[in-house]
Amino acid sequence: MSPVTRTAAGLASLTVAAGLLAGCTSTAPAGGGAGDAGPITVNATDTACEVSATEAPAGNLTFRITNAGTKVTEFYLYAAGDRIMGEVENVGPGLSRDLIVEVPDGGAYTTACKPGMSGDGIRAPFTVTGSAQKATDTDAQLAAATAGYTRYVASQVDALVPTTRQFVDAVKAEDVAKAKELYPVSRTYWERIEPVAESFGDIDPRIDGREDDERDPGVGFTGYHRLEKDLWTTGLQSDSAAVADRLMADITDLANRTKTVELTPVQLANGAKELLDEVATGKITGEEDRYSHTDLWDFAANVEGSRAAVAALRPTVDEKDPTLGPLLDERFEAVEKLLQSYRDGDGYRLYTELTPADTKKMTAAVDALSEPVSRVAGAVTA
Amino acid sequence: MSPLHLSRRRLFGTAGAGVALAGAGAVAGYGLSGTAGATADGVVPFRGTHQGGIVTPAQDRLHFVALDLTSTDRAAVRDLLARWTAAAERMTAGRETAEGGALPANRYVAPADTGEALGLPPSSLTLTFGVGPGFFDKLGLADRRPAGLAPLPRFQGDRLDPARSGGDLCIQACADDPQVAVHAVRNLVRDGFGVTEVRWSQLGFGRTSSTSTGQATPRNLFGFKDGTNNLKAEEPDLLERHVWVGDEGPEWLRGGSYLVARRIRMHIETWDRSNLDEQQQIIGRDKGEGAPLSGTAEFDVADLAATGPSGPLIPDDSHIRLASEQENGGVRILRRGYNFVDGSDGRGHLDAGLFFVAFVRDPQRQYVPMQRRLARSDALSEYLEHNGSALFAVPPGLADGDDHWGRALLA
Repeated sequence: MSPVTRTAAGLASLTVAAGLLAGCTSTAPAGGGAGDAGPITVNATDTACEVSATEAPAGNLTFRITNAGTKVTEFYLYAAGDRIMGEVENVGPGLSRDLIVEVPDGGAYTTACKPGMSGDGIRAPFTVTGSAQKATDTDAQLAAATAGYTRYVASQVDALVPTTRQFVDAVKAEDVAKAKELYPVSRTYWERIEPVAESFGDIDPRIDGREDDERDPGVGFTGYHRLEKDLWTTGLQSDSAAVADRLMADITDLANRTKTVELTPVQLANGAKELLDEVATGKITGEEDRYSHTDLWDFAANVEGSRAAVAALRPTVDEKDPTLGPLLDERFEAVEKLLQSYRDGDGYRLYTELTPADTKKMTAAVDALSEPVSRVAGAVTA
Repeated sequence: MSPLHLSRRRLFGTAGAGVALAGAGAVAGYGLSGTAGATADGVVPFRGTHQGGIVTPAQDRLHFVALDLTSTDRAAVRDLLARWTAAAERMTAGRETAEGGALPANRYVAPADTGEALGLPPSSLTLTFGVGPGFFDKLGLADRRPAGLAPLPRFQGDRLDPARSGGDLCIQACADDPQVAVHAVRNLVRDGFGVTEVRWSQLGFGRTSSTSTGQATPRNLFGFKDGTNNLKAEEPDLLERHVWVGDEGPEWLRGGSYLVARRIRMHIETWDRSNLDEQQQIIGRDKGEGAPLSGTAEFDVADLAATGPSGPLIPDDSHIRLASEQENGGVRILRRGYNFVDGSDGRGHLDAGLFFVAFVRDPQRQYVPMQRRLARSDALSEYLEHNGSALFAVPPGLADGDDHWGRALLA
């Protein structure tokens, strides 16, 4: 980010405040709730992202995404600095989904389709004109931040449920190859919102427990990692289908509970930090996905989830500590760029393919990011 | 003779007198042997009702070594333990392992004492000896293996490295000068070649517990006071109840204890990014004073029932609650741990943590249930990784005369 004058920074923070409110997004099946400007259609294929308009007035915007390609896709609306204004995940081939985004401030934005759900996506500029009502005081900003993040959680849960369903179905159909392919994909949505899931203390151990966790008598090893072990190490077991059903039930339970979860700004900030802690202690060490070695998928998802939580708080951060936001951008981008260099097809290289030099580089990048992320809680409560 | 050598010997002269006095005191009264710290010369009594290094006011430095037996010859082991005892007794008094050992008259002889402690004071050195499960198995003494030495269960989150765990024997060296502690371990290890080999060893640089009311509570690497509620040397009744093995144990172990060692890596990098409130909520104490969150002063009794607007003042998953006597059926332990930083982990983080040492009367009844609760529920667990573990039976102190380590056990 280039140096800006004091005045410019002030203006930037106003724009960001709008961005925060823009965190107020929701996804709904196609045909639901039209925005102020009527739906903007997005025709997504494996190689193109055709958006029917390049400009719209400030307010509620509705994008109707139709996946005409062969790969699962995602659609994003970004503000400056790749701040996610809204996103719709996991749009399967042939499906349509709506993304409703509140964009109260005019300015330059970017649309992106991500066929195969990877990389920077196919991008195009998008202009919002005029301005709509926006929050002016910190309390309202923070309320909007938590509301926006809650909606982010909802969007992830909306994708978590069907992808887990596909994974579970593949396990039950004993289609090991397909299940292995779907395992890191469905975990992506889980890993992005893990601190929220962990706040329901009883669910997390069942969904994400490790084989060597200590359990009450009669409680077995279940969840993602049990199925991971079956798929990669021991082969499917007589109770794999039952474990898969249990996972689906737990994920459904989680989805229902997240609807009522209430988060504070500090919890958001801590969640952003905890996601990076997870990376440092679980992913860079290869601990989490010890059978499949798909740790880098989880790594990427943790970072994305952390960035979403920080982004929700960004307007307040920019007001309280103008130097912090640009630093966060720079460090998030450095980690994302590093991760991109470990891309392999639609996914990532396996943990077992990494050298000590690779993990050392990752640790350094995550440490460099975690330090400013750890300042967010202080900034929003200053 | 070098001046250095002379100064060490001169020192020994006065230190020796200190030993004799303290030794007499130890035999005379239980309380004194339990509480006696170093004399003015920095000598901690080597013989007495209990071994030194347990309720001795915790010294600043640690060198702990776990060894395996490479011999199954009981006589050879007994001979080694006798030699170790003699050398240990001399070293705790500030002497060389053998008279003139560092600078032998015959210059073609390899020095019997390695020499790096020449000129250094006794530094409150204590050497505490223990035996692990393998000691009994390898020497055909399985029927003497006490019940308390049953293997510790695997606790949630344990990532134990076999190369940092277990051991047939242990020697805990504590001193106020690290070089004195290292010198002691090094010389004992050297004498053991052919009968024992080092399995693992650990240096510690800052005590994390007080074992005497005369000591200020130190801080661990999380920056919090640690060991405020530790058992203290001045509480003989509590020690009797929680630390010293009584009639329930075999005769050779009565008046001794069990030593639980855990190498606990601390993820200090992630901890350091936690905000102060979160850190305090996780521990259950405030960081400055060390007071429980229900009180205002360090030694205020933690009120686990106290509640505020958002629930218990001392949170349900806080460390001090889960480790408390009240939540553990009245169980207490004597902690005697040390901070460590063993270089880095190869990924750009410090390999830092707490080398946890606790002395308990019955590990299965005291340590195991407590650690099980902590491993499962303690909010602090997120920042911890237990990667080494060992359990030893620590015999009682030695009688005056020719009593030596392991004598009663091998009799």
